[in-house]
Amino acid sequence: MEEKTRVSGAEALLLSLIKEEVDTIFGYPGGAIMPMYDKMYDKHDLLNHILVRHEQGAAHAAQSYAQVTGKPGVCFATSGPGATNLMTGITNANLDSIPVVFITAQVPSGLLGTDAFQETDMVSLSMPVTKWNYQITSAEKIPEAVAKAFYFAKSGRPGPVLLDITKDAQVQEFDFHYKKIKSIRAYNPKPTLDQKQVQQALDMMSQSKKPMLLAGHGILIANARDELLEFVDKTKIPTAVTLLGKSVIDEDHPCYVGMLGMHGNYAPNKLTNEADLIIAAGMRFDDRVTGDVSRYAPNAKIIHIDIDKAELNKNVKADLAIHADIKDFLQQIIPAQYYTCNSEWRQEFSRLNEMENDKVVTPELHPENGHLRAGEVIRKVSRLTSREAIVVTDVGQNQMMAARYYGFKDPNTLITSGGLGTMGFGLPAAVGAQVGRPDKTVVLFTGDGGFQMTAQELGTVVQYQLPVKIIIFNNNFLGMVRQWQNLFNDKRYAQTPMPTPDFPMMAKSFGIESNWLRERDQIDNAIEEMFAHEGPYLLEVSIEKEANVFPMIYPGRAVDEIVLHEE
Amino acid sequence: MKDLYTIIAFSENHIGLLNRITIIFTRRHINIESLTVSSTEVRGIHRFNIVVNETREQVQKVVAQIEKVSEVMRAEYYVSDEIVSREIALYKIPIRAAIEENLEQLLREYDARMVDIQNDFVVIEKTGHVEDTEKIYELLKPFGILQFVRSGSIPITKQRKELSAYLNELPRDEYA
Repeated sequence: MEEKTRVSGAEALLLSLIKEEVDTIFGYPGGAIMPMYDKMYDKHDLLNHILVRHEQGAAHAAQSYAQVTGKPGVCFATSGPGATNLMTGITNANLDSIPVVFITAQVPSGLLGTDAFQETDMVSLSMPVTKWNYQITSAEKIPEAVAKAFYFAKSGRPGPVLLDITKDAQVQEFDFHYKKIKSIRAYNPKPTLDQKQVQQALDMMSQSKKPMLLAGHGILIANARDELLEFVDKTKIPTAVTLLGKSVIDEDHPCYVGMLGMHGNYAPNKLTNEADLIIAAGMRFDDRVTGDVSRYAPNAKIIHIDIDKAELNKNVKADLAIHADIKDFLQQIIPAQYYTCNSEWRQEFSRLNEMENDKVVTPELHPENGHLRAGEVIRKVSRLTSREAIVVTDVGQNQMMAARYYGFKDPNTLITSGGLGTMGFGLPAAVGAQVGRPDKTVVLFTGDGGFQMTAQELGTVVQYQLPVKIIIFNNNFLGMVRQWQNLFNDKRYAQTPMPTPDFPMMAKSFGIESNWLRERDQIDNAIEEMFAHEGPYLLEVSIEKEANVFPMIYPGRAVDEIVLHEE
Repeated sequence: MKDLYTIIAFSENHIGLLNRITIIFTRRHINIESLTVSSTEVRGIHRFNIVVNETREQVQKVVAQIEKVSEVMRAEYYVSDEIVSREIALYKIPIRAAIEENLEQLLREYDARMVDIQNDFVVIEKTGHVEDTEKIYELLKPFGILQFVRSGSIPITKQRKELSAYLNELPRDEYA
């Protein structure tokens, strides 16, 4: 028996979300979306709505909620400015393959195309940055559209989708009936792994003396962490990760050799160009990873496994391009392979990483004098949280430092803006992470610049008493841009010095406990105090103003031209 | 090396898909030489016929990105000897040209025809390859061309799987 109930479009939308197991929505009301908020008023028990302070914050929060819970995030905004304020967040989710269902309201269908008050063509605007989008102009289309939205967002390579719903469709009544979607013609989210290619991969491995495994975000998305570990344990192949692939493997694992890319570790970048085999698993050879792509991995045969066919041969030509779910691939290859990587090759990584330890890591973690360094603070936080916190970052030096020095262990514990590099991502993402995982410690590492871009979300932190621990590294500079100006523009610090407000006082005005850390001998106390406090906490850390993040692959250089210090 | 490639994509007949597909060309700064969209032998499925002058490598990447669009079933690319293609051109000529005897001879010689005659102009139609329609354009120029329009190339593929065969391989719309 099909059950049908006569409801309005607004109610149907909420009921559809409930059918998709949604219990949390990040959003902000406004004119065109009022019918939905009115219906939500009666559904407190089923739908927890988090009122942000700006729609961009809702978008970032919904994305990080998705990352820490494994469920799609849901985000509401009204038409016009409410919708356009989401754009940065939609784009961010798109570049980092995060499932978020964005719902924007629209002017009544009779006014579409007339430049009505708060009308924006959101379907066209969001088209290049969504996996799928759709405009609903009549209520009876709602259940199918919502079912498709969730199906597209979650399946295959995940991504953001957007539903734009006219106001009249929200008030129309119809007989509601919901069916989830299991498959859609024209869309094949689960490619079939070609067994011959598994054999070819095995053959290529058996010939390799210097293999490297590059593990990306795809491993986390595919929930293939256990398989990856088994593969690595069995093969002993040196394993490097991308920024978004951090937390696919415990950094204490003997085969873990570090992070790839511009501010990654010395050994994996340097040795990429010595490797004779690269197995790229669920990563996409971003230009920040490859450096000068024409001089990338010249000695290596490349096996590239990705669920998105358009990524294969896009940036780097693969000798063996495998269109498959990485979990399937690993499950097939684990029992078949008998290969073990030689220890001399692994020792080369250790040797180079020891150089990095001496020249970069030790001075950063144990400075003898001078101003505070971000690294020593991050390492202290890492110890106190037993490497088990969810670490959220903003973008820039704070992000690279957190990625380099926290020491990740558990899956999905680094929430950071990878592809888009969105300053201002940090605080709202911390909100979403804490809402999604109230049981976990959430630590935000941010900078003085990025924090000021979305600082209004302190209001959200307080309203929902989210116990996030906010650490602002303040160098009174837009640090990463200043670093480039230092290295490439003769220290001409154009528009990067920035006076900041008194952050602890700002926190107090929101009712948030805070402190200011300036002295090295206060680090332990300040951080212990922060974690001892039960609610939200803001700690401003005054750091060395002109500290640079190293190692670094200078723009336009090859990965093996990575440097440990300024040239 | 750049060459003319014909990209054929089959998709659902949904609003906005044309935009989603053309954005892929815009992003890579590729100019579309011709674009036609039409229904197919299967109800509800539309086809895009897109001609670009590009390198094979770029075309391969673009085709992969078109096929990635959730509502596109299949996208493929062809070089000229893998397809049979034609376009229609229409030419509007002042009436006085029609009464000059060498026009009729020209039309017969180039297999073009007059499709409409009004008080002050005639409309001539030519179906063929781009070179054919361009050739007639040059020959009609002395008569004074008031308007000239081309349909864009429509291709039929020679030796590939037919649409109905693709469709049998695709998953069906299914609800839980």
